[in-house]
Amino acid sequence: MKYVDEFRRGDVARGMAAQISRLVDPAREYRLMEFCGGHTHAIARYGLTGLLPDNIKLIHGPGCPVCVLPIGRVDSAIELALRPDVILCSYGDTLRVPASNKMSLYQARAKGADVRMVYSTNDALQIARDNPHKQVVFFAIGFETTTPPTALALIQARQEQLTNFSVFCNHVLTPPAMRHLLAAGDAVQLDGFIGPSHVSTVIGSAPYAAVAEEFAKPVVIAGFEPLDVLQAVAMLVEQINQGRTEVETQFTRAVTHAGNQKARERVAQTMVLRDSFEWRGLGQVPHSALAIHPDFADFDAELRFALPYRHVPDHKACECGAILRGQKQPQDCKVFGIVCTPDNPLGSCMVSSEGACAAHYHYGRFVQGATA
Amino acid sequence: MSKPYTRPLDFKHGLVNLTHGSGGRAMAQLVSELFAAEFANDWLAQGNDQAILPPPGGRIAIATDSHVISPLFFPGGDIGSLAVHGTVNDLAMGGATPLYLSAGFILEEGLPLADLARIVRSMAAAAREAGVAIVTGDTKVVELGKGDGVFISTTGVGVVADGVKLSGDQARPGDVVLLSGTLGDHGMAVMSQREGLGFGSPILSDSAALHTLAADLMAASPGLRLMRDPTRGGLATTLNEIAQQSGVGMRLQESAIPVQASVRAACEFLGLDPLYIANEGKLVAICPAAEAAAALAALHAHPLGQQAAIIGEVVADAHQFVRVATDFGGERLLDWLSGEMLPRIC
Repeated sequence: MKYVDEFRRGDVARGMAAQISRLVDPAREYRLMEFCGGHTHAIARYGLTGLLPDNIKLIHGPGCPVCVLPIGRVDSAIELALRPDVILCSYGDTLRVPASNKMSLYQARAKGADVRMVYSTNDALQIARDNPHKQVVFFAIGFETTTPPTALALIQARQEQLTNFSVFCNHVLTPPAMRHLLAAGDAVQLDGFIGPSHVSTVIGSAPYAAVAEEFAKPVVIAGFEPLDVLQAVAMLVEQINQGRTEVETQFTRAVTHAGNQKARERVAQTMVLRDSFEWRGLGQVPHSALAIHPDFADFDAELRFALPYRHVPDHKACECGAILRGQKQPQDCKVFGIVCTPDNPLGSCMVSSEGACAAHYHYGRFVQGATA
Repeated sequence: MSKPYTRPLDFKHGLVNLTHGSGGRAMAQLVSELFAAEFANDWLAQGNDQAILPPPGGRIAIATDSHVISPLFFPGGDIGSLAVHGTVNDLAMGGATPLYLSAGFILEEGLPLADLARIVRSMAAAAREAGVAIVTGDTKVVELGKGDGVFISTTGVGVVADGVKLSGDQARPGDVVLLSGTLGDHGMAVMSQREGLGFGSPILSDSAALHTLAADLMAASPGLRLMRDPTRGGLATTLNEIAQQSGVGMRLQESAIPVQASVRAACEFLGLDPLYIANEGKLVAICPAAEAAAALAALHAHPLGQQAAIIGEVVADAHQFVRVATDFGGERLLDWLSGEMLPRIC
C-alpha cells in the first residue's frame, strides 16, 4: 500500500535500530515519553521496544483520548443518553469506557438508550436532520486532532439552524498536559518527548517551544508509523547527547511550524479555554480543555441539559492514574490481565487500543509470559 | 362452483404485512407462490409439517446458523445466499457432504415483497449451486420496528464418510496452518456498504459454499487434522479457538497471510485489522507438515483456493498464544477479539 508500506519496512527499521545503538551513550539512560496513544499502539504493534538498546526506556504518556476522559464526564454522557428524548452520538472507542455503577455507554444502550457510533461529526449532523423530534447530542472527545471537526459541526448546525443538535464538549489540549506532567511534584523523570503526531498537524510545532525551553526537555514531533517513531528516537538521542533541548519535527510530511491556520481559526471561533478540567490520572489541569464559545451557547449540551459535573474517583485497585503519568507500567498493576482485561476493563487504559494497558495486553504480554 | 380467484402477490410494490405470518390464506399464498415455487423439491412439495428423508448412509452432521445481516444486500451477495453458504460451510468444515437445509424466516412488517423475492431467489440459486435441497421451513412476521427487514435461520444436515475425524482438538505441534485465500473481503464489503464508503473498486464479499474445496483438501491430505471457516471474529478468533481446543500455540508469518490491497487500504482507513474481519468463503486447515505441499496444491487447483497459502505452524505453548512474526521484524500476539471491533479515534 503506497504511502504506508514505506514507513513499515523491516529492513530499514533494522538499519535505524543499528544506528541508534551506535548513537547511545552506554553509560546513561534515555527516558523518553511517547505522548500519544497512537505512538503507544505503534510501539506495541510493531514490537519496537525489542529493536532498541536496553538503556532507551519508552514511557507511555497520557495521550490516549479515551483514557484521560474522567469517569464523571462519561457518567454525564450516560445520563444524557438515557433520556428518552436524546440520541447520543459518539466515536467508537468511547462506548466501552467503564463509568460509575458498572455502567458504560454500551450498557446504557442495552437499557434502551439510543447511542449511535459515528465515524464523523457529519454523521451526527445527519442524524439530527433525520430526527427533528429528538435531541441529538454529539459526545465530543479527543485532543486537538478531533477538535476542528467539532468546530465545523457547530458552524454547520448554526447555519442550518439545526436546533435539535448540541455538543457535549470534552476536547482537551496537549501542551498544557505536557507542562502539567513536568511540573508535578512527583513528576516522573524524563529526558525528552516523542511529540504528538496528528495533533501537531493542527496546532503546528510552535506551541511546544515554551515547554521545551522552560523544562529544558527536547521534543521531537513524530508520525505514527513505526519508522517515524524510530527516527524520532534517533533524533532525541542526538539532542540529548549534544545537550540540546529543541523542538524538532520528524513528521515533516504533515507538520508545519504554524499548523493548520484555518482549522485553528474555526476552533477559536467556536470554543473557549476552560479555567480547569479534570483529566483521568492527572487530576485538575489548568487551562487544558475547551468549552463551547458563548456565541454558540445554543449548541452547548452542558447548558441545554444543565449537566452538573461530579468528580468520581477511580477504582481502588486501578493504576490508570500512575500509568497515564508515566510512573507505572501496565504490568506493575495488580489487576492487569487478571481482573482487568479488554473484555472487562476496570480502567480506561484497558479500553482503547491506544491505551497503554490494552496495547500491552493485546500485543506484548507474551514477552513476560504473563497470565493468558 | 369454479375455484375462487386469488389475486397473485404483488412482487413489484407489495409489502409484507402481519397476515403473512398469521397462518391463514395470505401465509399459505406466500409459501406457495414464493418459497415452494423457488425452492421446488419433492420433500417441500409434500406440504407436510416435516420433511421425511431417506437414510443418508453414514454418520449425520447437523449445523445451524442465524443470519441477521444489515444491509440485506451487499456487493457480492445478500442475506439469502449467505444463509445457505453459512450453514453449508459449517457442515463442510467437519468433513460432511451437505444434503438438506431447513429455513426459518422472521420477516418484519413493511419489508418490500420485491426484496423478499430477491432474497428467496438468491437463496434458491445458492442451494442449487451447492447441491442441497431446502426441504422444510417456517415463516413468522413481527411488527414494524421489531426486526431488521428479515432474519433467516438455517439448519443443515449432511453425511460424514466413515473414517473422517476432523476436530478442533486435533492440532499438534509441528503441523502446518493453511488458509484458502484472502482475508476480510466479506466484512469490509458489508462495512463499506453500511458506512456508505465508496472505495475506488468495490470490495466484493467472498460468500461461497466451501464443501467441494473441503472435499478436495481432504482427498489430498489423508491426515488432515481440522478445518474451520473464519467467520465472525476473523482468522484471529478462529486460530485462538483452535489453540485452546488443542492445547497448543501457533506462529504465523504476517507476510504469508493473503489480504487484497483494497481490503488492506479500507482497514487502514477505518483503523481495523483484517485478521479480525469476518469471511464467508474461506477456510483455515491444519495438516501434518508432510502433507502440506499436497494440501496446498489441492487448494490452488480449486477455483475458490487460488490464493491459498501456508501461513504458519502449530507449536507447543502452555499459554496457547497465537503469535505473528511481523513484516517489520518483530513479533506480536494475535489475541482474541475483545468486545466489538471498534475503530480507533486518533
